[in-house]
Amino acid sequence: MNQRHSISMTVNGEAITMDVPVRMNLVDFLRNELGLTGSHVGCEHGVCGACTLKIDGEMVRGCLMLAVQADGCTITTIEGFADDPRSDRLQAAFERNNALQCGYCTPGMLASALDYIEAGGSTDRTAIRQHISGNYCRCTGYQSIVDAIAQTIEEGQKS
Amino acid sequence: MSGPLTNLDRPNSYIGRTVPRPDAKRLLQGRGQYVDDLQLPRMVHAAFVRSPHAHARVKEIDTTAATSLPGVVAIYTAKDFVDHVTPYVGVLTHLQGLRSAPQMPLATDVVRWQGEPVVMVVAHNRAIAEDACGLIEIDFEPLAEVCDAAAALKDDATIIHPEFDSNLAWERLVDSGDVEAIWDRDDVTVIERDFTFGRHTGVTLESRASLVEFNPADETLTYHYSGQAPHMMQAVLAKHLDLPEENVRLVARDVGGSFGIKIHTYGDDVATAIAARLLRRPVKFVADRMESFVSDIHARDHTVHGRIAVDSSGVIAAMEIDDLTGIGPFSMYPRTSAIECNQILNLTGAPYQIENYRARGRVVFQNKNMMCQYRAVGHPVAMAVADGLLEAAAHEINMDVVAIRRKNLIADTAYPATSAAGMKFDDLSHQRALEKLVSMMDYDGLRQSQEEARERGVYRGIGLVSMVEVTNPSPMFYGVGGASISAQDGATVRLDAAGALHVSSSITEQGQGTNTIIAQIAADRFGVDIDRVKVTTGDTATTPYGGGTWASRGAGIGGEAVLLAAQALRQQVLEIAGTILQAAPDSLDINNGQIVDVEGAATRMSLGELGRIVYYRGNELPNDMMPEMIATRHYRVTDFPFVFTNGAMAAHVEVDPETGFVKILDFWAVEDCGRVINPKLVDEQIRGGVIQGIGGALYEECLYSDDGQMLNASMADYLVPMAAEMPDIHIAHIETPTKTSTLGAKGAGEAGTGGAPAALMNAVNDALRPLDASIYQMPMTPQRILRVLGIGKD
Ligand code: FES
Ligand code: FES
Repeated sequence: MNQRHSISMTVNGEAITMDVPVRMNLVDFLRNELGLTGSHVGCEHGVCGACTLKIDGEMVRGCLMLAVQADGCTITTIEGFADDPRSDRLQAAFERNNALQCGYCTPGMLASALDYIEAGGSTDRTAIRQHISGNYCRCTGYQSIVDAIAQTIEEGQKS
Repeated sequence: MSGPLTNLDRPNSYIGRTVPRPDAKRLLQGRGQYVDDLQLPRMVHAAFVRSPHAHARVKEIDTTAATSLPGVVAIYTAKDFVDHVTPYVGVLTHLQGLRSAPQMPLATDVVRWQGEPVVMVVAHNRAIAEDACGLIEIDFEPLAEVCDAAAALKDDATIIHPEFDSNLAWERLVDSGDVEAIWDRDDVTVIERDFTFGRHTGVTLESRASLVEFNPADETLTYHYSGQAPHMMQAVLAKHLDLPEENVRLVARDVGGSFGIKIHTYGDDVATAIAARLLRRPVKFVADRMESFVSDIHARDHTVHGRIAVDSSGVIAAMEIDDLTGIGPFSMYPRTSAIECNQILNLTGAPYQIENYRARGRVVFQNKNMMCQYRAVGHPVAMAVADGLLEAAAHEINMDVVAIRRKNLIADTAYPATSAAGMKFDDLSHQRALEKLVSMMDYDGLRQSQEEARERGVYRGIGLVSMVEVTNPSPMFYGVGGASISAQDGATVRLDAAGALHVSSSITEQGQGTNTIIAQIAADRFGVDIDRVKVTTGDTATTPYGGGTWASRGAGIGGEAVLLAAQALRQQVLEIAGTILQAAPDSLDINNGQIVDVEGAATRMSLGELGRIVYYRGNELPNDMMPEMIATRHYRVTDFPFVFTNGAMAAHVEVDPETGFVKILDFWAVEDCGRVINPKLVDEQIRGGVIQGIGGALYEECLYSDDGQMLNASMADYLVPMAAEMPDIHIAHIETPTKTSTLGAKGAGEAGTGGAPAALMNAVNDALRPLDASIYQMPMTPQRILRVLGIGKD
């Protein structure tokens, strides 16, 4: 229970080396040890998507992974996405469409949306809805989020 | 004030305009500040041992092993708190006869629901606190439990609170006109139905969270709060922790959804405050998802027997309901758990002209998690019962469901009007809302395509609802009954030396856009660009006293206070400007941050220049002028107990009789919430609300075993609406401003949740009709639909 392990990783472009309890999950590590509180915790059992992160190019649930499992990995959190100009258009579309209310699902939702857009996802609303169906949002009802994603893809096609 | 309230051509005209939320960028960048994001020096973490039994006596608690675990700071049981908190009882005097037993933050001697907190552990981190919880041994003696509300009223039922003669918490009767004279009349058709509404819960994505600090030097308690009503909670904590109210400060920063869940007094939250005081260091408690399911309040859990009589022309001759609801073992403090039942009695059939109405409501103690007010309190039940009965009656007499509404809706010209249950209505538009709905959805075309689909063996259904929504409550809701719950709100608007506006308001933000509409109203009424308005909410130390955000009251009540304060400040500033410019104040105006002439609109001076004169070069002012540059105004609704809104909604669904699955093809909502301050925000409130209503109608249910164990207390097992199954929702508005305020805004936050279940139930039954089946139980799961089709069983 009290075992600790030293890990090294790159988080949002910054090299991190730290000694962590083996049982600590990745999202707790990011939030509590690194102060990256943009990643949220909604269920801690892999269902809500609030903790969605990018690890070595893959979308991952930060609550289903231990920090020690991320040893040697490259991680992008919402703080990293927010600083990346590739997400500017998506963020602007979220704002324009009011695709967030309380904002608690938003970091995970943006990560999933960005993943969809960068993989060349289409503007088909059903496909967008399918893709974000691992991200729970209690507030919006999803329509504005679908609008924001579709508009971002349309704009990308025009430019 | 120059110009009408909504004139989008005027500069700084923000009321009625979609402006993006100033908070959005911050949240989009992951820069929100929710309670769990805060870390304070010397902070420790709480976890709770909760009862595994629905009903049991606590015989012995052994904390020895847990106490010696490294990292454990303190362990508390009920007896440790006896001298540090007074018990609380969830009753209100105006709900006559309502009774409940005294409650303590941790269970004393007896546990009464699975999930009730029994032992609190405080440790250096949550993981250690949970380890310690696992080492605590509690010897429980199980007691007979009563879980079913009807069984709880039987003579031989175990009585949950021995000081009472039964498990009945409250009963209310409404009897208006003479229903008995109607049922046997041979010129009416009588329809009866039994409705069941399952328990569901809020599932706010951010769970309940508290971080409390206590400063023994000055006896102040600061509570970082994820909730809706900071001043209410300030009063509750001060009273029961015996602190001067002014020494208790509640601060809400970002709140990750609330919907009524986070407005109540929870034992674990109170315990966190007590522990912080005893330990003299900050204590954080964040509910995990499993404990949220068994400790956040649940809602609904009603069975209703309903009866309607209509004459051959479709006119409603009588309506009667009998509502039974289980509320868990206590009435929740301080709002009580009788309000939902009370609303159902008040609201059933409220859109319609009904002379003869009778209703009984019974509120019952049981050994399940506590039940209390959650978004759209009572509305989904009241609307589904009335409109379910009405549509069933329409089909029975071969009348169209739109036609029967046209016959019975209270006419738009009939206001002010009073309903059979005594509700006072004004400024409603049921008829226009229905007609707008019918044309928006192309009702006739849809009926035709439904016919065609049926010929292809596809079962589609169309269902409607006409509804009212309780908004902008007056003191008649809670304050009159003795609760420390404010029905008035205040706003302070201040002009700084650089010409920017600072607004602080007692209403609160949980994502609705409260801060945005405050800025819109202030900028609009005062005359500055919205970027120059800074808004503060959520902090009892810096905002005027007020109720907060609940019962769809923020825009209507808090918004009016902002409007009045901004206008008052504007008047002050014009007077100062008049003195400086040697002009009559009423010859001047404020536009875009500039003092201008009313005639010709020539710029005379900027607000920044005025600010600099007032604050830095006061020597330029006459000696008898001491400008304030700040105005506070408060507002409460006085003419009515509530300001009602109305709406009409429709669902189009397809039911697969092989699988019992319901697919929502389309959904429409017409809402009249009076003055719309920000159309986008209102639409999104309605959409989010409709989806929450769909959740309750089709998916969400807290399932309990017979012995009171919640069976699906995880997000993997409790189904919430996810994006793939949800429809796009079409919205239209009618704007009938309320005459009770200048702003004219009513609430809109709960309409979707209140109306959608009724429309869906009617649509599903419309689809099932050719199969001779109907369902009046929510959620309408595939299994239940198959059962009414005669396939499968429970
Ligand atoms: S917190 Fe990780 S999926 Fe919910
Ligand atoms: S915006 Fe609140 S959960 Fe999505």
